[in-house]
Amino acid sequence: MSAPAVEFREISMRFGDKLALDRIDLEIAEAAFVVLLGPSGSGKTTLLNILGGFLEPTSGRVLINGEDATRVPPAKRSTTTVFQDYALFPHMSVAANVGFGLKMRKVDRSERDQRVARALEMVGLADFGARRIHELSGGQRQRVALARALVVEPAVLLLDEPLGALDLKLRRQMQEELKLIQKRVGTTFVHVTHDQEEAMAIADTIVVLNDGAIEDIGEPERIYLRPASRFSARFMGENNLFEGTVKSAGGGRVEVETARGTLPAAGDAEPGTRVALSLRPEHLYTEAGDGLLEIGEVEVVEAGFFGTHHQCLATLPGHEEALRVRLDQKRIARAGDRLKLYVDPTDLVLLQR
Amino acid sequence: MNGRLRQTLAAAPAWAYVLLLYGFIFLPVAVLVLFSFQTSRVPIPPFNGPSLRWYEAVFADARMMDALGNSIIVAISSSLVAVVLGFLAAYALARHRLPFAGLLQGMLVAPLTVSYLIIGMGLLITFNQVGVPKSLLTIGIGHVVINLPLCFAIIFSQMGAQQAIVERAARDLGAREWQVMALVTVPMLWPALFASFFLAVTFSWDEFIIAFLLSRFDVTLPVEIWSMLRTGLNPKTNAVGSFVFLISIAIVLALDFVIFGRRQA
Amino acid sequence: MSGTPPGQSNLRAWGLLLPAVAWTAAFFAVPLAIMAAYSVWQRVGGKIVTDVTLANYQSFFGKSFLLESLINSIEVSLIVTGISVLLAYPLAWILAERVPPRWQRLALILAVLPFWTSYVVRSYSWLLVLSEGGILSNFLLDIGLTAEPVSFANNRGATVVGFVHFFVMLLTLTIYANLVQLPKNYARAAADLGAGPIRSFVYVTLPLTLPGIMVGAFLTFVLCIGDYITPQILGGNRELLLPQTIMMQIARRSDFPMASALAMILMLVVTLAYIACARWLRIDRV
Repeated sequence: MSAPAVEFREISMRFGDKLALDRIDLEIAEAAFVVLLGPSGSGKTTLLNILGGFLEPTSGRVLINGEDATRVPPAKRSTTTVFQDYALFPHMSVAANVGFGLKMRKVDRSERDQRVARALEMVGLADFGARRIHELSGGQRQRVALARALVVEPAVLLLDEPLGALDLKLRRQMQEELKLIQKRVGTTFVHVTHDQEEAMAIADTIVVLNDGAIEDIGEPERIYLRPASRFSARFMGENNLFEGTVKSAGGGRVEVETARGTLPAAGDAEPGTRVALSLRPEHLYTEAGDGLLEIGEVEVVEAGFFGTHHQCLATLPGHEEALRVRLDQKRIARAGDRLKLYVDPTDLVLLQR
Repeated sequence: MNGRLRQTLAAAPAWAYVLLLYGFIFLPVAVLVLFSFQTSRVPIPPFNGPSLRWYEAVFADARMMDALGNSIIVAISSSLVAVVLGFLAAYALARHRLPFAGLLQGMLVAPLTVSYLIIGMGLLITFNQVGVPKSLLTIGIGHVVINLPLCFAIIFSQMGAQQAIVERAARDLGAREWQVMALVTVPMLWPALFASFFLAVTFSWDEFIIAFLLSRFDVTLPVEIWSMLRTGLNPKTNAVGSFVFLISIAIVLALDFVIFGRRQA
Repeated sequence: MSGTPPGQSNLRAWGLLLPAVAWTAAFFAVPLAIMAAYSVWQRVGGKIVTDVTLANYQSFFGKSFLLESLINSIEVSLIVTGISVLLAYPLAWILAERVPPRWQRLALILAVLPFWTSYVVRSYSWLLVLSEGGILSNFLLDIGLTAEPVSFANNRGATVVGFVHFFVMLLTLTIYANLVQLPKNYARAAADLGAGPIRSFVYVTLPLTLPGIMVGAFLTFVLCIGDYITPQILGGNRELLLPQTIMMQIARRSDFPMASALAMILMLVVTLAYIACARWLRIDRV
């Protein structure tokens, strides 16, 4: 097991009287594609800036490849960054931009040209070397920024919400390409975004941040299907929460008393604790089946068509919030329809915080 | 602590440079103001003041006071004309598609590229040729020439798409053309109108060469000060210079307070 | 800012435009044309002879003191521009990068404050410093560097000092404005890629601010070369600059044709300067 590429040890960041990061402990594995995910103000960009050397943490240490880099300035750090606005030098050509880091490292002309050409080829801009920055589209600029950051072979590549300015289709395309490139070059990528779908699409590991603390950390599937907290559950996608109290527990299973009756779930908790059970909209079924529990009958209030599926809001008597239910593409639901809902208890996630 | 000390020391050359340059910038004016309070007849060291006798001399000087009044009259009237003409022209070019628009714009802005000396000379020769006598009016005309491009450029730059949309809304709601202009355009452009007026007044107030060339008996303050320079170093010059300085500061402070103070309230 | 809306005739637009255009034509364009005409006429015996002749221009190249005044003007303006840019850039940089943002506005206002005096008075105030018995002279006497009062005024040096005083302020403002609107991420990206502060400045900041510097330098050169006041007050009579010789033609000899010819030459020099700087003066995209 090789040493982690990046280690954050008790990183705290204070701006005036605002605590942006609260004693963050985090390890990032070598060659991993890690996404720092969270809403604005969660501290994800602050953490990235600390890693890049643009901010010195109020306390704590940052180690890159085992060496303490906390006070090392960006120029001397083995990280490079793809900035949100790309920050391509407008007065230089594409090739000069990409080669800038190599020039700073005193790489000689011929080797520089070769490496620049290879980098441009890797991002699909093979013949763009002589072009000026203002001639490029948003997607092209993004690739140049990527090439520029990768050509110097950094230990860690940092990406600060690089896909935010692109339209949906381009964004999807770039997400795929980023993943491919990362696998090819094997560099550790640390990517910041507030878009949970983007995170799930590209990450090996997602770190969910909220209010300066880590809410959840793990593989995309695990975080989505078995979130660790209410925040994580809500942030990763649509979900339904059933509030309740633990009635009994034992053998890795609990019984939770909710407004809809007693529901079982996997997990461990003290009887009497107030908990919530999280359920994704796609895990509510409209037909009975093996192992499915009936939740009750709901009335559809609103229904929307999303192309691949329908999603509707339905009220359940005794349940405060309307339930979000995902229906089949071919299934049409209208306001006023009554549906019986069923759930597979293994889909229920026990949340204690 | 070591790091902080090092940081402060590293910044020392920068602060030394800043102080040196600010010293250079303030030096002559500081001397000017100091020696305006001189008691003796020459505004050079040693300083034997303080005394207000030279300020009294300035206020007692009838020609000087007349010149002051003339400066105000010329500045305000020529600036008003410049702002009005500039506004009308900006409105015409910004809200209509006229042929040769680029050329017309260029022509209106052209005077900015010509030295005041040459503009003044051109007018002098022309007025001479046509037989118009030199007066405050001719000075005013010259000042409109130099200020019109500025007012036009400032107002024009503020008449962008955002502004146009609001005017369209007004028309949509039934306002007639003159109402749109008076009730929507002008109030919305108020900052630009005011800024260009203020700038024009500043330039006109201090303008020397055109006023010098185009005046005869009634002169503006800079011209009167210039004739005072004939007498060499004179604390009276210091006094009037310091007086102008103080008035300018007072006006800017008052404006800053009125405009920015009110906005913050 | 697109087409003419319905209900608004272009006729109205012309009506609105007319006063400004007429004023500019009558009081700017026409006088320039008349001046151009005068430049090829001559003043003989108190009257204007309207036979077209290049005599004035020939006199210019013939009379050494006239040609010298042009050369002096160009030299002085170039020197002033060079010194002012070199002094102003570091100051602007320190204000933009090192002074805490809260204090920047105050710092700028302080830099501009001394120029709230009349321009004439400001130039005069340098006499208080530079002339015999003035501040500088007294200071040197006091510390024993000279035995007698010394005059530093009435020469090219004094003129340069007077000009640099004004243009350092102007250039500091324009370069500051330029630096401040430069996105911070450029410097960050340069650092991120391994550039230390010096190389970041040389390869990124300086080239990106160069257009702004050129605009400021051009403005400085043009304003400086056309100024009559500062050289007249501080320059003394031994060396004359072009605006002074122009004024001489008008005031002392009422030789409008000659003065016009000299004015045309001044405009020519400014136009040449514009052509030289044209690359940076286009309102370009970035």
